[in-house]
Amino acid sequence: MSAVIGQPLPRIDGRPKTTGAARYSADIPLPGLTYAVLAGSRIAAGRITRVNAAPALAATGVIAVLTHENLPRIAAQPPVLPSLLGGPSPGETFFPMQDATIHYGGQHVALVVADTYERALHAAGLVEFTYEEEPAVTVIDQIRDRTEVPDSLFGGFVPGHSSRGDVEAALDRAEVRVDATYHLAANHQNPLETSATTAHWEGGRLFLHDATQGPNATQHTVAALLGVPHADIRVISHYVGGSFGAKASIWHHSTLAAMAARHVGRPVRLALTREQMFTSCGHREEQEHSVSLGADRQGRLTALRHHKLSPTSQHDDWAETSLEVGAQLYACDAYEGVYRLGRAHTMTPTFMRCPGEASGLFALESTLDQLAGELGLDPLELRLRNHADTDPVTEKPWSSKGLKECYRRGAELIGWHRRAAGPVADGDWLVGLGMASAAYPAAGPVNPQRARVRVYADGSAVAQAAASEFGTGVGTAMAQVAAEALGLPVERVRFEAGDTDLPNLASAVGSTGAGMISAAVHRAAVALRDQLIAQAVADPGSPLHGADPGRVGLSGGRMVLRDRRDTGESYAELLLRAHQPDAEATRSWAPPQGEPTHAMMTFGAHFAEVAVDRDLGLVRVRRLVGAFAPGRVLNARTAKSQLMGGMLWGMGQALLEQSVMDRRAGRWANPSLGDYLVPVNADAPQVDVELVEVTDDVVNPLGVKGVGEIGQAGTAAAIAAAVHHATGRRVRNLPIVVEDLL
Amino acid sequence: MTTQKPVTRGTDTDPPLLRGPGPVTVALKVNGTTHHLDIEPRVSLLSALRDGCDLTGSKRGCDQGTCGACTVWVEGRRVLGCLTLAITCEGHEVTTVEGLADGDALHPMQQRFIDADAFQCGYCTPGQLMSAVALVREGRASDEAEIKEWMSGNLCRCAAYPHIRTAILAARDDMAAHDREHDA
Repeated sequence: MSAVIGQPLPRIDGRPKTTGAARYSADIPLPGLTYAVLAGSRIAAGRITRVNAAPALAATGVIAVLTHENLPRIAAQPPVLPSLLGGPSPGETFFPMQDATIHYGGQHVALVVADTYERALHAAGLVEFTYEEEPAVTVIDQIRDRTEVPDSLFGGFVPGHSSRGDVEAALDRAEVRVDATYHLAANHQNPLETSATTAHWEGGRLFLHDATQGPNATQHTVAALLGVPHADIRVISHYVGGSFGAKASIWHHSTLAAMAARHVGRPVRLALTREQMFTSCGHREEQEHSVSLGADRQGRLTALRHHKLSPTSQHDDWAETSLEVGAQLYACDAYEGVYRLGRAHTMTPTFMRCPGEASGLFALESTLDQLAGELGLDPLELRLRNHADTDPVTEKPWSSKGLKECYRRGAELIGWHRRAAGPVADGDWLVGLGMASAAYPAAGPVNPQRARVRVYADGSAVAQAAASEFGTGVGTAMAQVAAEALGLPVERVRFEAGDTDLPNLASAVGSTGAGMISAAVHRAAVALRDQLIAQAVADPGSPLHGADPGRVGLSGGRMVLRDRRDTGESYAELLLRAHQPDAEATRSWAPPQGEPTHAMMTFGAHFAEVAVDRDLGLVRVRRLVGAFAPGRVLNARTAKSQLMGGMLWGMGQALLEQSVMDRRAGRWANPSLGDYLVPVNADAPQVDVELVEVTDDVVNPLGVKGVGEIGQAGTAAAIAAAVHHATGRRVRNLPIVVEDLL
Repeated sequence: MTTQKPVTRGTDTDPPLLRGPGPVTVALKVNGTTHHLDIEPRVSLLSALRDGCDLTGSKRGCDQGTCGACTVWVEGRRVLGCLTLAITCEGHEVTTVEGLADGDALHPMQQRFIDADAFQCGYCTPGQLMSAVALVREGRASDEAEIKEWMSGNLCRCAAYPHIRTAILAARDDMAAHDREHDA
């Protein structure tokens, strides 16, 4: 039987998504539904001295106004931990409306519940606040002189300082040295669906329809904040309208919706406005990277120093982990990575697609491109000369790599040989080529991940786990995984997800979803298959009775003797004979504990062809080529789509996206999709995605390394390198805008 | 993106019809079914569809006309549901993504979106589809460059854009073939 895993099958949810039948979290109809709208603080620092809720309460249809004066206190504030851990994972260790203090602009200061959306929206603007304002600090230039290197970041998992060898001595001794500093604008994820929660209580039980990357993360976080037993909270999340990190951590609105529903005794729908998406679920922080590279004349790296400076919130030490992959990507004996943080009046920054590598690799790969120029080397040749055959940090072998093949295939597809001749003029346009390496950690969960698989007596099957579908195509891929293990046609298998009543999982974040969910589904499906084979060989009525279970395989949707394929029966025949309506197995996949034997990372390569108008400075990406080695691919169609999306995200990061801080007001100045520019159809060029096959027996049972982030890792550097090739201008800030090239 | 002009009611000689600001009964004909809604005149077509008619296919991505996720048709013309007042649509045919398929048979555009993997999360898809079909009907899908330009009012944060163009080109030909058969 041909492998089902990997087949480019169309998405199983194509029909609901194209007919409007798919219900997202703000689409759930409930009897007596009310609508909640939040109001945000006008100031970024200071305190509220007076609240007047009367005008809002007097407005037609208003049921409740909650502020710090009457919102119940939270039971406990869990620490900020990545939702990959599977437990409570708030985005910041601050909960709004607990006191009068304002820590950042837009901080939720009121929640209005009304009988229609329009009435709630109107009344939210009627709640009057008087503030005592203090000076706000919001941007890098204001924190430069008061920064600290934190002991650790990322819930304690990443050190603030790391090194190997003596980087300063190596830089002093280097035959060639390049020093460069980069500035990256703050960014916001802006999924098309604004974060939304529909909440209702039945007796003491809380039901939440929540837009989240992990229903269990919502359950555990809200339970901890409210002091409600975890067992009394059910979270349902069947369709999520994109996340890109905005819904990776659990932010305040989910808990506020539950509080509001309890307060008014009716179901409450709380959907953030687009403007509130800029001050309610974190952001990718503004950052400054300083990179120093030392090399010998042959281009072999001898020193790599990478320092990052960024603002964090008043309450948490957070920077996206921009340095870890750069420390591992190239063979280099001397390394130092340092994070410096300064407190600012912003939310705690958070995950945004390709968290860390999208920024860190822009700085590192841009500096490598410059080093190649100084050495007179082809940038691709420079990467090959520094290829890390083993992990330079741990000196362990890679679980799988494939990077050289990615370079080769990508170079061939874009026609990299054309680069040597220099930029090409095309009318007013100067056309250049650039490339960069792509790398992203192949991380995994730290605790058991569970799934259940059930076969019915009609031969259909369902696999279940509490994953949420936010565009990854998890339902299609997991149906393929279960079908392959059970030996059933994929049309007979459905994946049911998005509900904490199903076997529980950590959140699908950091490209871990496909690997860990497939591991659990595969384990459960294999267990069920083995269970049914054991039942058949023990059943005197079965043609397989008495056979050695090890000699029974699957063929044509039946259990058969491996050496006599005409002897066997289907699951349906076995179950019907036993008067058994179904059979099921639940299994977990526990990631290996202890010191890992291998270093695990996903690799790839980006190539960009870019045209720059020589007079106007306009930049147009003409073509993007990405070659990636993400291990086992569960569905080639959906995987390529996700990789393509990541690459276009990299283009947005390179040329369009910036959240502009008005430092006088301490507020984001462009909180709309009209002013925060994201790629539109006309921006998107031809994108070629090439999958390079590598077998990985280490990362997880099916060898899946994930595709969500790697598409964006390094894209911006490849585009900036192509701009440099076209124009000779080395732009060291993102996004690259017209003013940089005039 | 075109926007629907406000509906003129009655004749010039009639006294102006005053309704609101409180809830008034508005008859909204959507996908061939008339809904009688008690809504304030400030209620957008998008809200009326979602909260009044329980047609939640049309999405609220921005509520300010920048994302296109709420694109529906009024009298066959594409409009932004979030910038159109529901009360102005009285007496006009409104079509939403729920009205695109013919029973169980998908519209060619829906099928081609599935075939080309022209969406990931699916949130912008209803708006993309309503724009895409209208674009073909308007004769603005002659090639990829034209589609690129005319589809740029519909944001797709998953960035399925190249696949959306592939789907529209294919569906355009399906629709033309279907029209030819229909004429014959």
